[in-house]
Amino acid sequence: MSATAGPGPTLNWRHRLAERGVDRKLWLLLPATIFVLVLFIYPFLYGLSLSFQPMNGGSVLANYQRFFNDAYQRDTIFTTLKIALPAALLNVFAAVPIAFRMRGRFRGKRLMTTVLVVPITLGTVLTAQGLLNFLGPTGWFNRVLMGLHLIDGPIRLTNNYWGVFFSLIITGFPFAFLLVLSYLSGIDPTLERAAATLGASRSQRFRRITLPLLAPGLATTFLLTFVLAFSVFPSAVLVGNPAGSTRVISLAAYQAAYEQYDYSYASAIAMIMGAVELVVVAIVLVWRARLYTGSTGGKG
Amino acid sequence: MSGFDQLSLDGVGRRFGTADALADLDLTIERGEFIALLGPSGCGKSTALNCLAGLLPLTAGSIWQDDQRIDTLPPEKRGFGMVFQNYALFPHLTVRDNIAFGLRMRRLPKEEVRRRTDAAIDMVRLEEHAGKLPGQLSGGQQQRVAIARATVLEPSLVLMDEPLSNLDAKLRLEMRTEIRRLHQSLGLTTVYVTHDQEEALSMADRLVVMRLGRVQQIGTPEEVHTKPTTWHVADFMGYRNLLPVSASRVDGDAVTVPLGGTTVNGVAQGRVVAGDEVVAAVRPEDVRLGNEDVTGLKGRVEVVEYQGRELAVEVALEDGVRLHARTDRKVEAGEHVTITVTPGRLLVYPSEGPADRPAAELASAGLAV
Ligand SMILES: Nc1ncnc2c1ncn2[C@@H]1O[C@H](COP(=O)(O)OP(=O)(O)OP(=O)(O)O)[C@@H](O)[C@H]1O
Ligand SMILES: [Mg+2]
Repeated sequence: MSATAGPGPTLNWRHRLAERGVDRKLWLLLPATIFVLVLFIYPFLYGLSLSFQPMNGGSVLANYQRFFNDAYQRDTIFTTLKIALPAALLNVFAAVPIAFRMRGRFRGKRLMTTVLVVPITLGTVLTAQGLLNFLGPTGWFNRVLMGLHLIDGPIRLTNNYWGVFFSLIITGFPFAFLLVLSYLSGIDPTLERAAATLGASRSQRFRRITLPLLAPGLATTFLLTFVLAFSVFPSAVLVGNPAGSTRVISLAAYQAAYEQYDYSYASAIAMIMGAVELVVVAIVLVWRARLYTGSTGGKG
Repeated sequence: MSGFDQLSLDGVGRRFGTADALADLDLTIERGEFIALLGPSGCGKSTALNCLAGLLPLTAGSIWQDDQRIDTLPPEKRGFGMVFQNYALFPHLTVRDNIAFGLRMRRLPKEEVRRRTDAAIDMVRLEEHAGKLPGQLSGGQQQRVAIARATVLEPSLVLMDEPLSNLDAKLRLEMRTEIRRLHQSLGLTTVYVTHDQEEALSMADRLVVMRLGRVQQIGTPEEVHTKPTTWHVADFMGYRNLLPVSASRVDGDAVTVPLGGTTVNGVAQGRVVAGDEVVAAVRPEDVRLGNEDVTGLKGRVEVVEYQGRELAVEVALEDGVRLHARTDRKVEAGEHVTITVTPGRLLVYPSEGPADRPAAELASAGLAV
């Protein structure tokens, strides 16, 4: 384009910025930007720099070396992943069929939704207490099974891996369910009907139409519940086995900070925790980027 | 499922709660026919189509394909193609994959899928756009994809729900011709829903005119156009002059009704007795402005609309009644004119009670005085 064709260089420049979505309305983003900077970026950078200043001296990376050389500490990563990944996956996959069922309008839908969503409001501690009462060695679950003579002694379902796992399902599922339900209702139901008139069976319709349109939403849901589960702390202590099978990474950071008072080491652990989460997030996002993420024709 | 010779709808009805969206629909569709379902908004056209497609379960009646009952089959087993009002293209699939979808569901060999998809893409002239996603197409192109997707399976019946309602006027005319051409060249049987009488008249072999969930008239375009069975159908078929009057004299078919201080002659469409409250209907095309005083109908021109070769004129008669008329003579608002009604074109319908009258016309006439 020649300069003489346009109404002048300044206007041209503005047009070109506007084409890329840059205009004065961007100032509206300023408060949010400041908020993010103050509340997230600053503490993050502070922690990051703190982690490079080991309390007992040594090289810049001493804290990180210490963590990775200590098998007891290093294993917290895998312990956490081993709890958080399956829990997040199960949350998402359990949410899909239930949300699918609850899509239309039917009697009692509001009650169902309330029952499914109530655990959000309970909080982790109450959930943990409930779990102990229900699944503990003298809880109803074991008592019923023993009463029916299905088992001889109580099955251990608390104060170990399963306790934490169940607690993550109870608190994470409602999130997953609500998210999946909203993604699902954003998909135009006539698409499935169109597929039906083209000869697609129920399962083919789900696999070829609904699932591909839902997949980006599922990825997002998975990430949110994963991040929630990855920073699991209270239930790891209350219904887990914090000294062994559920010694999660946040527990390691807590111990460094409030038992050994080594904030620098604790910051390093927090940074590692963040890095591991980022890796998972990045993998999922790369996969998500390859999916179709445009309009799904729904009414939102 | 292969083709059929006859598809019969037998007392088909669909009820939502306590309201009948569709009731007592009896219709036999012959192979190769182009049927238009026509009626005002909310009259149950989409409901009828969805019942046929199997997307809505019936609450009454049955559907027969030759001697096989099909209203209990799910849509995927009926093998009818459907073009949806909002197209319902799969947004994550390319044009080619959208069109191939049905063929793939049939698990046809790859080679055949490719060949038939290519042929369908050619047929709707979308070769350059085959790799695009639906979101990257214009309305008319999306429309063509929807048609190709529904017809590539060579279904025994193609259902179309107001497929042209989202297009602009020019494209609508083009697509009309194109749909009719496809119907003929592929030997399809088509049920086409529209609320546009012109569209229905120009495309269909037979029209089914509906109102409030019930069939009002079934007939060829000519029958429905020239001999509407009720004044509601007449209203819908462009009889803009609907006059609530009382019959002053009846002699067999010939009815005389008062109009504009004098009387005019009409043709009874049903049982009319002198003194009955009736509805007289006549098209604007059959009301002409005359130079000579022939029938003694006189009025004053109120509104003139330019419509190309002709002028559409609204004339107020001496008794305040307003008539829509046509003329090729140049007239101006305020001019006094004489009016002739083409003999035999004023249709007189019995009305089924005080509620069954063209109320809107009455009100506007009343307001205008
Ligand atoms: N799911 C439903 N629940 C309740 N009533 C419905 C439902 N679907 C349709 N109806 C009612 O049934 C009647 C017929 O609807 P339908 O969609 O068949 O009309 P239509 O003739 O296709 O109208 P349009 O030209 O506006 O598309 C309407 O009065 C509508 O309110
Ligand atoms: Mg409709």
